[in-house]
Amino acid sequence: MATRPVTGEQRAFMTGNEVVAWAALAAGADIMYGYPITPQNEIMHYWTRMASKYERGFLQTEDEIAAGFATVGGVLAGKRAFTATAGPGNVLMQEAMAMAEMMRLPTVVVVTQRGGPSTATVIYSQQELNLTCFGGNGEGLRIVYSPSSHDELFLYTIKAFNSAWKYRFPTFVLGDGYQSKMREPVTIFDPEARGITMEPCRPMVGLPGLPGEERDPAHLRNTYNLEDELYEVLMTAIKEYEAIAPQVVEWDTYAVDDAELLIIAHGVVSRAARAAVVSLRERGFKAGYFRPVTLRPFPAETLRTLAARARNLMVVESAYGQLKRQVQAGLYGLETPVTGYLRPGMGITPEEIVEFVHAKELI
Amino acid sequence: MSLNLKIALAGEGGQGVQSVAEIITEAAYQAGFQALYIPNFGVEQRGGVSVAFVQVSSEPVSAPKFTTGDIVVALSHRAVERVRQYVGEKTLLVYEAGLEDDVRQVYGERQRRLAVPALAIAQEEMHPRVFNVIILGVLVGVTGFLERRDVEQALERQFGHKFAQDPDLRELNYRALERGYEIGRENL
Amino acid sequence: MAIAAQPQMPRVWRAETKPHKFCPGCGHGIVLKALGEAIDALDIQERTIFGCDIGCSLLSWDFFNLDTVQTHHGRTTPVLVGIKRARPELVVVSYMGDGGAYAIGAQHLVSSASRNDLVTIIVVNNTVYAMTGGQMAPTTLPGQKTETTPYGRDARLTGRPILGPELVAAIAPPGAYVARGSIANIVQLKNFIQKGLQNQLEGRGIAFIEALSSCPTNWHTNAAATWRFVEKEMTAYFPVGELRTPEEKPSGRFQEVPPYES
Ligand SMILES: Cc1ncc(C[n+]2csc(CCOP(=O)(O)OP(=O)(O)O)c2C)c(N)n1
Ligand code: SF4
Ligand SMILES: [Mg+2]
Repeated sequence: MATRPVTGEQRAFMTGNEVVAWAALAAGADIMYGYPITPQNEIMHYWTRMASKYERGFLQTEDEIAAGFATVGGVLAGKRAFTATAGPGNVLMQEAMAMAEMMRLPTVVVVTQRGGPSTATVIYSQQELNLTCFGGNGEGLRIVYSPSSHDELFLYTIKAFNSAWKYRFPTFVLGDGYQSKMREPVTIFDPEARGITMEPCRPMVGLPGLPGEERDPAHLRNTYNLEDELYEVLMTAIKEYEAIAPQVVEWDTYAVDDAELLIIAHGVVSRAARAAVVSLRERGFKAGYFRPVTLRPFPAETLRTLAARARNLMVVESAYGQLKRQVQAGLYGLETPVTGYLRPGMGITPEEIVEFVHAKELI
Repeated sequence: MSLNLKIALAGEGGQGVQSVAEIITEAAYQAGFQALYIPNFGVEQRGGVSVAFVQVSSEPVSAPKFTTGDIVVALSHRAVERVRQYVGEKTLLVYEAGLEDDVRQVYGERQRRLAVPALAIAQEEMHPRVFNVIILGVLVGVTGFLERRDVEQALERQFGHKFAQDPDLRELNYRALERGYEIGRENL
Repeated sequence: MAIAAQPQMPRVWRAETKPHKFCPGCGHGIVLKALGEAIDALDIQERTIFGCDIGCSLLSWDFFNLDTVQTHHGRTTPVLVGIKRARPELVVVSYMGDGGAYAIGAQHLVSSASRNDLVTIIVVNNTVYAMTGGQMAPTTLPGQKTETTPYGRDARLTGRPILGPELVAAIAPPGAYVARGSIANIVQLKNFIQKGLQNQLEGRGIAFIEALSSCPTNWHTNAAATWRFVEKEMTAYFPVGELRTPEEKPSGRFQEVPPYES
């Protein structure tokens, strides 16, 4: 490798797309495959500007189907490969990610959510939660991180490569158009300087030794003849997924200990939710905040404990109930009422949340 | 000092509102504040009104966009109408003085306001291209949280490569900044 | 049966998975024999990655002593292009049916051809969607009966059979190797495939070989009728031979592009 792209720690003021490109560089990503789509484009732009300096690769493919499958090829070859997409591109990406899920391939995809369905807006939403967590004809055996700030965008992009290669489930960083385009302070760092060791990559094809003589050939498939065969493979993967889930799952809380109202949000919206809680607390209301950092696996257990103590739950999201459904599934049987402040494709401010809390007399 | 400032800027493409937003947030960040800047962007980017959302705070900034601005800047006929949703009772509306009639029509008489004859100053005393730098100066002046030095450094980062080619340009920009700054201070 | 006779297995074939899973009289086995012999001849077993599509080609997922990846319908080429870009020292072979290549994966073929990707693509043209039970494929001949053209393909409604190698030959930049062989001439087919692999080894450009093949199961033909269809009907529509070789003088349209200088 040429010189390290980031040494030690560096403060910077940049857009989220820039942050992702730097994070991928710092994580030692070897190659990116991509197809243009707003608001993801600048990830490719920054990557292509820096990639050659650090001997990393890039291929612009003919569509997201090809980008996804080429990423699959990159990881099969033993490289830290990734792609980035959004909206309708994320829809096309699901085909390759289903293959990655079946074959346990450590692909990394950065999603910058935009409005949907269809082409909708190129701006922002949280409407790709279902798709990213459960897209494809499978069981959603994926790891999905939902960062809320540029610092986290950097950290979780690095982490995505590590989780992917450690656990061998396709891993996603679920960002959004606001995070992509906004500038805010961020500390970028060399993972080593923070004591983060990058998980080693190993090729699944192109292994040393003459296949059939010095070793068995790698025969990798995603197709099975019998129900029983598939069932066995799938159940092994599902059990492994369930076993690693407690190590992978992450969440964030604030002022939850005596909270009567628990406000639940993820990603960039959780910033407004947290600010709303701060302002409610300042006025003496017992509000708390819970944020799933991993949407897959979902931190249902922790949420359940907190929710059981609260009198009201409120889910805030820039989608019409995609997070709320996950929350309700996780809390099934619990009596605490769940109210949604659901704004598909719209940004959400702390003031709106506080106003809604009072209007609905949630506290 | 506890600070929490929300500014929305709007103008036609080419009027340089995004640069103003970028320079202010960059300067605020360098001065040790929390800062967040996000442009509006859409498929109709080229033809539409360009809007920038700026937040500067001593605490981490929450949502990237906001409902009501402390200061809202409108630099074109269409922008006056476009920013209406961000203007509240206490909002200070800063606008190009030539838009007086439009502002009166949309906002009536009661709105807190500051008319800046930036177009006239730029054309008559300086150069049309420093129009937005005058506005930048006004914002630095009215808000009062930035040192001139911070802004000048941010200007250098933004335009340094152009200044290097044409040193007169630096002097011109600094003068525009100063002129706007004075207008801002007078109205603090 | 003449087709099924396999006197000598190529070295790279995996004995443990033989006899293979194709139907008796299927052309896939013959194409894979030609491929095996070409790999043997070039002695590249250790660095060759074999990719197969969905379609009957998937039955070859454990066919060779080669690292192999079976992908999705139509997506084999992008997976192998991904591998090649990440590990240029490997030799990658994309093996698929006519449906995978010319219908669902056509955009990948067109794009790989115009990029001159260093990949060797082998398309088995059996004029049908075989794996799914014999529906019309882009290559189905005019008048040919399939499950979805029970009265014969009507070219006015469904178009004429696609000419894959001609398409690739028309768009691939200089350095490309494009040929059409047939299971009826395995020596020539092996030769074409070997040249196609050589082209990749030398880093000259894309290699594309279509192989006219048989599917007695979906054609509902006996041995004699199977051969007649391949040798007469198919060959009449799909001419066998080389369409592009890297040695050719580029025509006006394909003048060598000087490297871009910034
Ligand atoms: C996305 C998708 N659509 C449809 C199918 C179903 N399918 C499986 S094989 C096949 C056709 C195969 O035909 P061809 O590529 O010509 O290969 P052959 O079986 O003839 O060798 C189809 C349509 C699929 N697997 N995936
Ligand atoms: S169905 Fe046709 S193509 Fe498929 S294995 Fe049988 S003969 Fe071969
Ligand atoms: Mg076929």
